[in-house]
Amino acid sequence: MQALLDQMIQDGAFAGVPKEVVYAIAMVLTAVVVLSVFVAPLAGVTSWLERRVWARMQSRVGPNRVGPQGILQWLADGIKNIMKEDIIPAAADQKLFPLAPYIVFMGFLCAFVVIPFGESLIVADLNIGILYILAVTSLVVVGILMAGWASNNKWSLLGGMRSAAQIVSYEIPAGLSVLTIVFLAGTLSMQGIIKAQGWGPWDWFIFHNPFTFCAFFLFFTAALAEGNRTPFDIPEAESELVAGYVTEYSGMRFLFFFFAEWGNLYVIGAVATTLFMGGWQVPGFFDGYPVLKGIAQFVTFFLKSYFWVFVAMWIRATLPRVRVDQLMGLCWKYMVPLSFICLMGTIGFMFMDEISRRVFGAITLGFAIATLINFFRRVGFQFRAAKPEAYWKPHI
Amino acid sequence: MGIVGSYVKDIQDAITSTFEGMSITFSHLMRRPMTIQYPDKIPVPIQETLPLRYRGILEVDLDICTGCLACERVCPITCITIGIDMNKESKQRYFTHFDIDVCKCMYCGLCSEVCPTGSIRHSQEFEGASYNPAGLVRHFAPEASNLYKPKKGGETEPKLITKVDIGLKYLDEFATPDGGGAAEEEA
Repeated sequence: MQALLDQMIQDGAFAGVPKEVVYAIAMVLTAVVVLSVFVAPLAGVTSWLERRVWARMQSRVGPNRVGPQGILQWLADGIKNIMKEDIIPAAADQKLFPLAPYIVFMGFLCAFVVIPFGESLIVADLNIGILYILAVTSLVVVGILMAGWASNNKWSLLGGMRSAAQIVSYEIPAGLSVLTIVFLAGTLSMQGIIKAQGWGPWDWFIFHNPFTFCAFFLFFTAALAEGNRTPFDIPEAESELVAGYVTEYSGMRFLFFFFAEWGNLYVIGAVATTLFMGGWQVPGFFDGYPVLKGIAQFVTFFLKSYFWVFVAMWIRATLPRVRVDQLMGLCWKYMVPLSFICLMGTIGFMFMDEISRRVFGAITLGFAIATLINFFRRVGFQFRAAKPEAYWKPHI
Repeated sequence: MGIVGSYVKDIQDAITSTFEGMSITFSHLMRRPMTIQYPDKIPVPIQETLPLRYRGILEVDLDICTGCLACERVCPITCITIGIDMNKESKQRYFTHFDIDVCKCMYCGLCSEVCPTGSIRHSQEFEGASYNPAGLVRHFAPEASNLYKPKKGGETEPKLITKVDIGLKYLDEFATPDGGGAAEEEA
């Protein structure tokens, strides 16, 4: 991106215009394009897909009326919410209350700067990429706490406090799990981490050794907790806190919170893909065709990260919400020690020679495949045991 | 089991229960949803799937109505109004109006129980939406029509045989308090 701009400046495309102005305009344009072309439809379609997947898992249908199979439902919801009255309660903090959704939104949108969609398809390949993501996604806490405090409402405040406690706690196992990968890759840059892996599962960091395999699940769980997803959605637990920190919000500001939540889901998937699943790596087959290679990289990355979005939806339909004490117990008593063990184990594997390391990697991969096969056997068993009316089509 | 054992068992329980739970939810993806997508995306109209004893909006088959006024008298909220007049020359009695106000009807079913021929009965129809209450008054005798008079000991008129049979079948199934299908269902 910057290289292209520099080339155009050298060619005299923007003669007479200061370099800084060109950069500033390019930055704003990029942000607008990314937001309107990629992030907004992505978060919207994710919200629709989540409702459909969730509904099917509960033997319901889900939204299927707006557009083909309801795929435009998010557009209808968005337009409805934008046209609604923007209510600021009289007792709320008049400055912080309107500001909070934008902080939450910014925290999630800034993460898209370093997400590598392809070898050259990245806004900025910062050399501290993954640290940057951990830092900006923590900004969400500030926004949520701000929303909870400024609403001047007991439920909002409780939700905000819970969210802050939860996100700050789960930063630690998430950070330690990320650290295992940073040790292996020797870099914090997102592109560097991907380049340290290969296209095949045997070259992915998740199957590098048994400890990274565990670290992946620890990271994913911690990321779900940081994204306030079920089963860790106690900040907005509707059975206890009405809607938590979003209780007093309506219309567009309400929309921004949920926009951030669904967008964040994709960020979780993208980071998990980058760190553990080989990112955009494609087989060497595409080397001769630059355009085709770029498309293949984007598709690979998108599908891999969207699979984890699907898994997050799936977990949401499966597990019940945990209590606050269970949540904290899970983090401090189980996940923090386990992530330390994973970190230490990975350090141990870094001293091992390549051949024996490969053997352990192959064992991990074999274990994962066996688990997957066993899983689908269990699915088949559950399906047959219920003797249901089968319906294989995704649409209804 | 010591502290370490219970700690390991907690982790094992978390993993296995999540594993099992996710296999159950995934198997639900292959099942047909229970939802009936009323009113459009259904194979047959919902009215046809309702049982015979369903108490929908009242309907009257005037061809087999004897004009005995039993339903009008038994109705607790007088939602049925029947007007009968007589042609002085031919001594033929006829309906001037037979109106049922669906707004008032509470679907108690008393009228269809007392009807001797089963001409007034609950239909399977339940979609009664209307823009004003007057639109819910059903006029069953828009123009004057003659009363049905069963012949004593004689044959029923051929064109009415099917209608009489439907009415009697309805009486048997619905209006008889312990007869017909009702007793079997409860047993």
